[in-house]
Amino acid sequence: MRRLLLAGVAAASMACGDGTHAAGESARASARGTLLSAVRARGTLKCGISQAAGFATPDDAGRWRGFDVDFCRALAVALWNDPDKVIFTPFTQQQRFSGLQSGEVDVLVNGTSMTSSRALRMGLRFGPIYLYDGQGFLVAKTLNASTPAMLDGAAVCVQPGTTTELTLADYARRNGIKFRPVVIEDLRSLVGAVSSGRCDVITQDGAGLATTRTMLPHPRDFVILPERFSKEPIAPVVRAGDDEWLAFVNWVFWSTMQAEEFGITQQNLAAHASSTDPAIRRFLGAEPGVTDGLGLDPQWTAHIIARLGNYGEIYERNLGASTALALPRGMNAPWNAGGLLYSPPFR
Amino acid sequence: MIASPVRRRASFRSIAIHGLALAATALVLWWFWHSATNALADRGLSLGFGFLKQPANFEIGETWLRFDAGRSNGRAIGVGLVNTVVVSALGCLLSLVIGFALGLMRLSSNPPLRGIVRGYVELVRNVPLLLLLLFLVASLHGLPPPSHALHPARGIYLSNRGLSLPAAQLGVITLGLLVVAMVAVALRRRLGRVGDAAMALSIAALAASVAMARWDAPHLRGLDFTGGRTLSPEFAALLAALVLHHAANVSEVVRGAIQAVSAGQQDAARAVGLSRWQAMRFVILPQALRAMVPLLASNAVSLVKNSSLAVAIGFPDVVSILNTTGNQTGHAIETMLMMGAIYLALSLAIGAVLERYNRRLLTNADT
Repeated sequence: MRRLLLAGVAAASMACGDGTHAAGESARASARGTLLSAVRARGTLKCGISQAAGFATPDDAGRWRGFDVDFCRALAVALWNDPDKVIFTPFTQQQRFSGLQSGEVDVLVNGTSMTSSRALRMGLRFGPIYLYDGQGFLVAKTLNASTPAMLDGAAVCVQPGTTTELTLADYARRNGIKFRPVVIEDLRSLVGAVSSGRCDVITQDGAGLATTRTMLPHPRDFVILPERFSKEPIAPVVRAGDDEWLAFVNWVFWSTMQAEEFGITQQNLAAHASSTDPAIRRFLGAEPGVTDGLGLDPQWTAHIIARLGNYGEIYERNLGASTALALPRGMNAPWNAGGLLYSPPFR
Repeated sequence: MIASPVRRRASFRSIAIHGLALAATALVLWWFWHSATNALADRGLSLGFGFLKQPANFEIGETWLRFDAGRSNGRAIGVGLVNTVVVSALGCLLSLVIGFALGLMRLSSNPPLRGIVRGYVELVRNVPLLLLLLFLVASLHGLPPPSHALHPARGIYLSNRGLSLPAAQLGVITLGLLVVAMVAVALRRRLGRVGDAAMALSIAALAASVAMARWDAPHLRGLDFTGGRTLSPEFAALLAALVLHHAANVSEVVRGAIQAVSAGQQDAARAVGLSRWQAMRFVILPQALRAMVPLLASNAVSLVKNSSLAVAIGFPDVVSILNTTGNQTGHAIETMLMMGAIYLALSLAIGAVLERYNRRLLTNADT
């Protein structure tokens, strides 16, 4: 019922743009292409997230931490050199788009896959892909299933309102096997259904599976199958109709990747600040004309590195080998290190 | 003669008020529509129901209608609607029967029985339905896996995938006979002896047709049972939660209505030599029923609406399917409208049926 109510409220606030004042204001601002100035005037960034270990969870002190959270903070650092000027709003998978469309948040950084129907039919615009992922299966070791094809007839736990349901159906049709989906929205209930044996399998994006596995009572009894059967390019989402805001989001995300490519880290930033390499000097705002557009502080890239680190540091801190998720970098390494991360040049 | 201009003025005034009210309503509706379409156009979205014909591309775990991912969104919503109707109809029927029995037990002269029923009613009515639902589904998930399913009789398996039963593969003929038998039962009184014969004949034919139908027994293949019909734990939990909760409500309605019949009626009935049961059946209940029906109607309506708690446990009811469809296609407003319209239609239909029944009760009582 609560969800029904929330969805209803979201739909209603979409219906009457003037209804909720703050929401209406930023939604209209976006339509006129001035969300960046609206956010500046407001003094805080409103970022939509999805609660998940490693990506967005509050710590003991109630401070949000995680991979997605750090990218939200990077946007705030670029504007005000202050990682705390962010208001985080956690959404479920089903609420997130109405939350963005109604102007409740300025940007979603919550593990949303970039897809054609979302861009072409739902009025959403995507920033740079900041995580390359794919859908997979988490199964109990006792099933002895080495390939998904051995899972014919399995009960599959899946969360609603994602591309996951669609990809699962496609996969089953392509391989001529049958799955019985058990659709549960709440992640804890989903985990409960797997640990009790109601489902044989959980299907989610690879990163989601790593998170879910840490929530199981006996993580070692479960294994993530290596096969990935979808492309899930995770990117930040903004409303259509505001080029300036999209450009801002794009370049903030790319700056973290470019910093890693240059080898600039939190530690050695000071050394690089006096670098003689013209490309690095331009990137860090030591030479004018490159990073000072849109009324930003020319040093915004340096501020992001100082506060949060480069892409690699953000990844290692939240998802890397030292964390419970221990996700290998895989495709999410820079292009010149065997991965797919490729920032356009800062010049 | 003197009154007529006043009356004319009065009627003019009432027409004017009605007109104004209508115009105001129309204006508000227009404003809603206008601002919705404007807000949507701003975001590059449009309203429309074309998505209903597009392929759904997702699977549904439990269906009464044939369904696969290649079928349309409209079909998927239909499947969800049938799921909602099946669980609601069974829930209404069972809660009515059980609630009636509980209500009568509550009034029995046996103190322990009264106490037990009272305890049950107080417990169930004061626990949130959602909590009851989550408790039941968690308990059912504790059943053994399919490979170790309980197997109480041939063709029947109970596991954490649900209750698997043999199913008759009924054809059109059987369904036709079922309809004929139901009509015959309904018209039996009016047709007299012919009706009796028609009823007996059609029921015999129906029984023969069911007996000759091919029965499909479930068997374990790989990870799941195939064949037969499996009722999922989510369906069972939802049905049980609705029945437990609403039977308690019904029992209170029944108790209240019976106690509202004046005690003198009971004494009078006993005085003319009716037994306790006869007094209840022929004197008390016919009077109590009239007070019950409107309350039972509102109980049935709230049961239908409560069935939407299904989304919490993953039973694919119409709300769950509409949520998924809305999210996959981006038509959130249309699916919200449909959700509202569907529940409104179901509630009004229940109201209309019970209203008719109530009117018949009243006219029967008058003649």
